[in-house]
Amino acid sequence: MDKMPAWADAVLVPVISVLLAAAISALVILAIGENPVTAFQLMVDGALMKSSGWGYTLYYATNFTFTGLAVAVAFQAKMFNIGGEGQALIGGLGVALACLYVPWPHWSIALIGATASSAIFGAAWALIPGYLQAKRGSHIVITTIMFNFIASAVLNYVLVNVLKPQGSMEPASGRFPEETFLPTFQQMFSTSETVLFRGSPANVSFFVAVLACILVWLLIWRTRLGYEIRAFGNSETAAKYAGISPVKITVITMLISGGLAGMMALNTTMGEAERLVLNAAEGAGFLGIAVALMGRSHPVGVFLAALLFGFLYQGGAELAFWTSIPRELVTVIQALVILFTGALDNMIRMPLEKIFLSFRKGDV
Amino acid sequence: MTFFAKTLGTVAALALSAGAAVADAALIYDLGGKFDKSFNEAGFNGAERYKAETGGNYRDIELQSEVQREQALRRFAEAGFNPIVTTGFSMSTPITAVAPEYPDTKFVTIDGYVDPEAHPNVLSVLFAEHEGSYLVGMMAAMASESDTVGFVGGMDIPLIRKFACGYAQGVLAVKPDAKVISNMTGTTPAAWNDPVKGSELAKAQISQGADVIYAAAGGTGLGVLQTAADEGILSIGVDSNQNYLHPGSVLTSMLKRVDVAVFDAMSAGPDLETGVIALGLANNGVGYALDDNNADLVSAEMKAAVDAAREQIIAGEISVHDYSSDDACPVLNF
Repeated sequence: MDKMPAWADAVLVPVISVLLAAAISALVILAIGENPVTAFQLMVDGALMKSSGWGYTLYYATNFTFTGLAVAVAFQAKMFNIGGEGQALIGGLGVALACLYVPWPHWSIALIGATASSAIFGAAWALIPGYLQAKRGSHIVITTIMFNFIASAVLNYVLVNVLKPQGSMEPASGRFPEETFLPTFQQMFSTSETVLFRGSPANVSFFVAVLACILVWLLIWRTRLGYEIRAFGNSETAAKYAGISPVKITVITMLISGGLAGMMALNTTMGEAERLVLNAAEGAGFLGIAVALMGRSHPVGVFLAALLFGFLYQGGAELAFWTSIPRELVTVIQALVILFTGALDNMIRMPLEKIFLSFRKGDV
Repeated sequence: MTFFAKTLGTVAALALSAGAAVADAALIYDLGGKFDKSFNEAGFNGAERYKAETGGNYRDIELQSEVQREQALRRFAEAGFNPIVTTGFSMSTPITAVAPEYPDTKFVTIDGYVDPEAHPNVLSVLFAEHEGSYLVGMMAAMASESDTVGFVGGMDIPLIRKFACGYAQGVLAVKPDAKVISNMTGTTPAAWNDPVKGSELAKAQISQGADVIYAAAGGTGLGVLQTAADEGILSIGVDSNQNYLHPGSVLTSMLKRVDVAVFDAMSAGPDLETGVIALGLANNGVGYALDDNNADLVSAEMKAAVDAAREQIIAGEISVHDYSSDDACPVLNF
């Protein structure tokens, strides 16, 4: 045995990484003359101690779960889909078209229709890079990132020239009809005496994200397609030898990945804004990479990492509200977490592994 | 247990001190950020002037994401800030969602429009950018020797087309045969802060013969102004007075007095009168900048013509077409 136990790999390494990131963040906050303890309390208080704070944390977590899953699925086939941002934008277009032009009788049916539409739009946007990778060998990293810019330009064109209501300044679509409004947590969990999740944007699409986690787990570890994706990711030549078509796996994986990224728009566009705005993806497509890295490309890990980043986003907003810590520094704190959990992973893993192994030798 | 109690105590104390003392004002900047040397910074300057002149306090926040728009409005309203001033047209829709929940709080949307009938506690401040752009367009045409002038916009949105359309009308009013080259920097919010691309666009327009370029592009405009100065042609700044950036090269700046709007709203305090105000040439909400830095560039004849046009626009004798009224521009294609 030259590996450390699974629990240490899955739990201890990320926890230590986060603690290290927190320690360095504390030093940074100290350096600009603020108190890191009160800052941390403010973050916890704003993000976790009130139901409305939870509403925001879970709202962000929903976004990050979708985009994190999108990146994770592509990772299983050793592909690096960094086009989540563009796929989410186009997914938003799918949601908007479904909500604006189809007369839905009830939100639950609208949710199913919009989910399908967003997934199809997102998948279609990932199809071209996937096809180019499979058939032409154009590297997926380059093509997906280029497609982010194209997506943003397409969206801008459609909003300004087609969907924007006459006379409106803002490049945004008109409001969706009321039948498509998704129930928010406030409507779902508040009773007449106590109002929970007041004014917060978390909505029923959170459960769609949880469902997506379960389905991705089933797909990757319990189906033949998932096996083929993992086999292809581990060794392309061996997969070929076993009769797995690289073209098929590449394209299908990208379709699933793009579809998941597109579904993120359910939360932002249908659940929160109830209209299509230009900037609906809000960088969640890129953050999905960090979420997938930290979550070890496993749905459970992705979900937990998404919760952590949701906390950082909402807690960071609280810092910006009530302290003079500038928003750039909030970004620095988030970046430190990404740096330690993603890029510097081995820095913690290797010494930890050595410690565990020395213990084991002692046993023998 | 004691740690928990202490934590709760600190949090409670924080929550209390976080609340506003006696109806402080709040200012919410749009996503472009506080120090953009242009639109948001003008708002910040107005707020700072309010602090210096009246001794009043304000709290401000730079937003990071779309969803924070409503969150910021709500948190500030809950904490008792009044009035809550916002910059940027994107804030008007979130205000319509939040304002009815806090009927005693006054909200101000600068550049945005909220129906005053439906939302009696909201003040919409609109600027007639097309009128100010018309005036600087006239000056550009008079200063141009090649009869070709340029326009560099930021992100391609209706608001910037409104600038471009007013500018083109001003140019053509002076020289009906003049050529107006119009370029937008991009289609993403990054187009507001891309001075390198602004510089490239300016160079491309210069190679097509432009010798005066008007930049309405936030931070991107700084690159346009820089290139114009390097290449020895004239440029026109926007929103704030940018004449000082390159004295002798910046012909003038189209002023949009966001600072005045913020200052007035904050000074009025909770008694702010709501409704819709249009700030145009008549009430000095827009205009052109004249100071020591560009005194040599603006001839007496130029100044006389522009001031005459200003009077005529105020009197209604010249009507400048507003792009946003029908999403079309009679003199410029986008």
